[in-house]
This record gives sequence, C-alpha cells and structure tokens, in this order.
Amino acid sequence: MKKMAFVLLAATAISVPAYAQVDLGGSWVSRQHEDWEERGPGPEVVDYLGLPLNAEGRARALRYSTSALSLPERQCLYYAPHYVVLGPQGLRLWADTDPTNGQVVAWNISAAIDRAVIKIWMDGRPHPSENALHTFGGFTTGVWEGNTLTARMTHFKEGYLRRNGVPSSDKATFTMHISRHANTLTITGILEDPVYLTRSFIVNRTWELDPTANINPLTNPCVPEAELADLKGEGGVPHYLPGENPFVNEMTRMYHIPVEAVLGGAETMYPEYRKKLKDQYVPPTVCTRYCCGWGGAAGATAPNLQCVTGGTGQINER
Amino acid sequence: MTTRSLAALAAVAAVAIGAGQHLSAQGRAGQPPAPPPTAKAAAPIDLTGSWVSIVTEDWRWRMVTPAKGDYQSVPITAEGKRVADMWDPAKDEAAGEQCRSYGAAGIMRVPGRLRISWQDDSTLKVETDAGMQTRLLHFGSWKPAKDAKPTWQGDSVAEWEMAGGRGGAAKFGNLKVVTTHMRPGYLRKNGVPYSADAVLTEYWDLYKEPNGDQWIVVTTYVDDPKYLQQTYITSPNFQKESDGSKWDPTPCSAKW
Repeated sequence: MKKMAFVLLAATAISVPAYAQVDLGGSWVSRQHEDWEERGPGPEVVDYLGLPLNAEGRARALRYSTSALSLPERQCLYYAPHYVVLGPQGLRLWADTDPTNGQVVAWNISAAIDRAVIKIWMDGRPHPSENALHTFGGFTTGVWEGNTLTARMTHFKEGYLRRNGVPSSDKATFTMHISRHANTLTITGILEDPVYLTRSFIVNRTWELDPTANINPLTNPCVPEAELADLKGEGGVPHYLPGENPFVNEMTRMYHIPVEAVLGGAETMYPEYRKKLKDQYVPPTVCTRYCCGWGGAAGATAPNLQCVTGGTGQINER
Repeated sequence: MTTRSLAALAAVAAVAIGAGQHLSAQGRAGQPPAPPPTAKAAAPIDLTGSWVSIVTEDWRWRMVTPAKGDYQSVPITAEGKRVADMWDPAKDEAAGEQCRSYGAAGIMRVPGRLRISWQDDSTLKVETDAGMQTRLLHFGSWKPAKDAKPTWQGDSVAEWEMAGGRGGAAKFGNLKVVTTHMRPGYLRKNGVPYSADAVLTEYWDLYKEPNGDQWIVVTTYVDDPKYLQQTYITSPNFQKESDGSKWDPTPCSAKW
C-alpha cells in the first residue's frame, strides 16, 4: 500500500506539465528576408563580408573554385550541419519518444538535398570522446532553457561556412537556440571554429509554421555523374593558387565595397568599422543585380514587380 | 495505509493541483492579495546594460548605404517600389527628415550600440548611439497621450512572456513589444519605406553562453499592408559589452 501511495504522489508531481517544453513539431517554411542572395542564388564568388575569418580561413577560401563541385567524388558531399541556418530550405522537426513513457528522447531537424538530419539528444547522454567519429550530422545534445531549446553540437565533418568555399573545420562547435514565438521559429546559430575563425560567428534565421508544406524529413539520394569532359579521369582538383583568384575585386567593381572589407575579419562585424568605410565608399548609382528577390510563401521573387532578379553585375547596364 | 486513507490522499492531491494555480491571486488565510510585482521586479531576464550589434547578416545593406533600387530580401509591394525609387536623401535632409531610417521599424538593423536601462518600474528605456534615438517600452496599462503626433519610435507596449518559475525553478521568459503610431520611415537607408500604418512586433530573447557571452536576439515582424506583401521578418542580434566605453552618439544621417 505504501508503494501505491508513493506512485500516487509521484503521479501528482508529474501531472504538472513538464517544465517549459514547447512543441516544435511540424513543417516550417523558410522566410528569407535576410541574406536572400546568399541563401538563394548564392553569394558572390569572393564575398566574405561579415565573417570573422583568420588568415588561414581567408587563404583557403581564396583557393576554392566552384568547379571542384563538378568532380564526381565531390558532387554528393554534404554541407556542414550549420548550413541549417545558412541555407534556404524549410525544415521539418519531429520528436523521437520513449515508447514506454512518451518522454521525448530526441528532437530531429530534417535533412535537405545537401545536408544530413540533425538529431538533438534530450536524454542527458554525454558527448563522445574527442576522437570519436565525426559525421555530416554531428553529435548534438539539447536542454530546455525556458521555452528555448538550446542544442550544442560537436563531432561534425569539415565543410563550408559559406557556399563560395569559406571553410569550417572538424574542430568547430555549433550552438543552436531554438525559440518558438507563436507560429514563428527562430534559430540562433553560433559557430566557434578555432581553426578558421578568430571569434564566434552568429546568425539568426526564421521560419513560419505551415502544415500544408509537408516537408520531407529525409532527402533524395544523390547520384554522382562526370558532367564535364575535362574533368573525366584527370585527377586534378580545380582551385586557384595563392594570389591568383580572379574574382577578388568583383564585389568592389559591382558594389564599391573596399576589398579589405570583402575579405572579412572580425573587425568588419562591428559598427565602428563604418568609420573606416565612410570616406572610401560611394554607393552605386543604381542596383543592377538581384535587386528585389525574397523567399516567401508567394514565391522566390516579388510578384507583380518589374525588377532585376539576375544580372551580370555590369554597372549601369539597366 | 488503508484504501480510505489512500482515497483521502488522492483528494488532497487533487485539491492541491487545482489550488496551486490560484495561490498567487488569493493570498493566504484571508489576507489581502499582495500587489503584483512591477515589470522591473518581475523581469525574467535582465536586458539592461551595453550591447553592440554584430553585423553578420545583410552586411551589404546595413554597413554601407546600398544602391538606389536595391530592395533585395524585402517583400515589397509595387507601391513600395515606386516610393523607394523616388528616394532622394538630399531632399530628406532639406526637409528635416534625415532620421527616416532610424525609426522603430528600422533602427534595430542599423549598426550601433544599445544602452538599456529602467527609466522607472514599468518603462524600459532603449537608447541607440546610431541616430541618438530613445525607445521607451511601456509595461502595464500605459496609454499614449491622446492626439499625440506620431513619432519615429512610436508607441511601444511591452509585456513579459514567462516560462517556468514554478516551484523555485529558475525563471525564464522573453519580452514582447508591439509598436504603433510611428512616423513613416525607412526599413533601409536607401529609402525602402514603411508607412504610418505599419505595426512592429518584436520578441526579445536573451541567450547566455558557457563562455560568458550574452546575446539579445530580436525576432522582428513588420506588418505594413501599404508597402509590404507579407510580414517582413528579421532577427538582429546584439552582444553584451562589459561597459559603455564604446558608446558613440552619432546624429541621424540620410546618406550614410
């Protein structure tokens, strides 16, 4: 009987809703009202604006050639898992529950065409040894801090911090603060990378709940194919040697941004950096490239508008 | 323990569960209920202090003045495009309208520093060095003055959205702010407009990292049926600084 009393009291205790857990489940469509160009059509070839790169990170980025992705062995490489906040995709979130008591064991964030599923363990398990396997999805544990799910990720493979070849290393860690406000999901992503960054890199993205989106939790298989004749069988990897990247000055030519800023660095992330720019920057007289794109329920560009959503970047061509 | 005593225990437990939700409102043993805590006392998070915007998003549209006609990422309407295409910063300056890009719907995207403090127990003051603006976030039953003219920062009504705090657990929560009655302004320096009918809704979250970093992230919605085809959602961030030594008041500029 004492045992029954204990069970009753225990039931009383747990009948109070579990402390501040929010249902994150469902399909969330991306709102690309920030960095649409980077997330949609893609960044300029050499655009490291706002990235706290160190010299090694910058040098490696400048060596990158997009043609490398044409190599069959690289076509199906995933991006690093922090691409969840850097890419354009919608998300599906779902929980794995313990079949014996219904408690959430893990939250999952869907894969995309170029990113693996992220599983956030909620059962208190520790992170593995530093030397354990690194995967495309990483190893992530989460805790609720009020209505925010804070997830800390380690053990993910090296990848790209920006789609134009800015690297991230397998020593990096990634924190996500996942907050739901009404039907909006905000994920704040904070990347620490001792190999390529001099300080933390933060980015915040939003999604809106859309039950009709029915986002696929997984991804279609990728089948590599040698598409370019000159990349068949030669064994070379397209790249630029140091000092030979021909696109370094593209942002300066198109947008008048000084090349020192284009190449990134922690200094460029702070408001006071504007003082350095003030005397050397003159705005382009007219926008000529990707002037009014945005991602939303209505489509990737603004409907009923005559505007430049592509373009070559030639100034004054409009 | 007998079956009867077990039933009694269950009844007590059931009453306790129900009563627990009302204790705070009724007071104890006939005593008058305690007055609700002030907004300052009830704050689940401490937003006060010096904060700096870390510009990692939309750098090219925030750190420098973008080209005329560049409304990338903004779900602008055709009417909004028409107005943006007429942007003339010299004309704005001549008309004393140089603060158009520093209004409430745009100011949090302007690179700069925030100084946040309690003006009184129910008013959170947010000062910006960029444009030297002051936002007053009013809690409780505050009402704007009747017939007051719209202002750059509008009328902001704030509330804490609480999470947790029961049974001695740590308190969590966020700040929700709704701002109306704004003077028409710009979402961007290059004249992308919002109208007098715009409504700004913000959710302020505070995140603390193991290394001591603290971040404010403001999930921001701008609804403007005149110039926006859908709610414009952005989420600027601010990192806490140890002091206000880098505070750099700078007047509004229409061009830079």
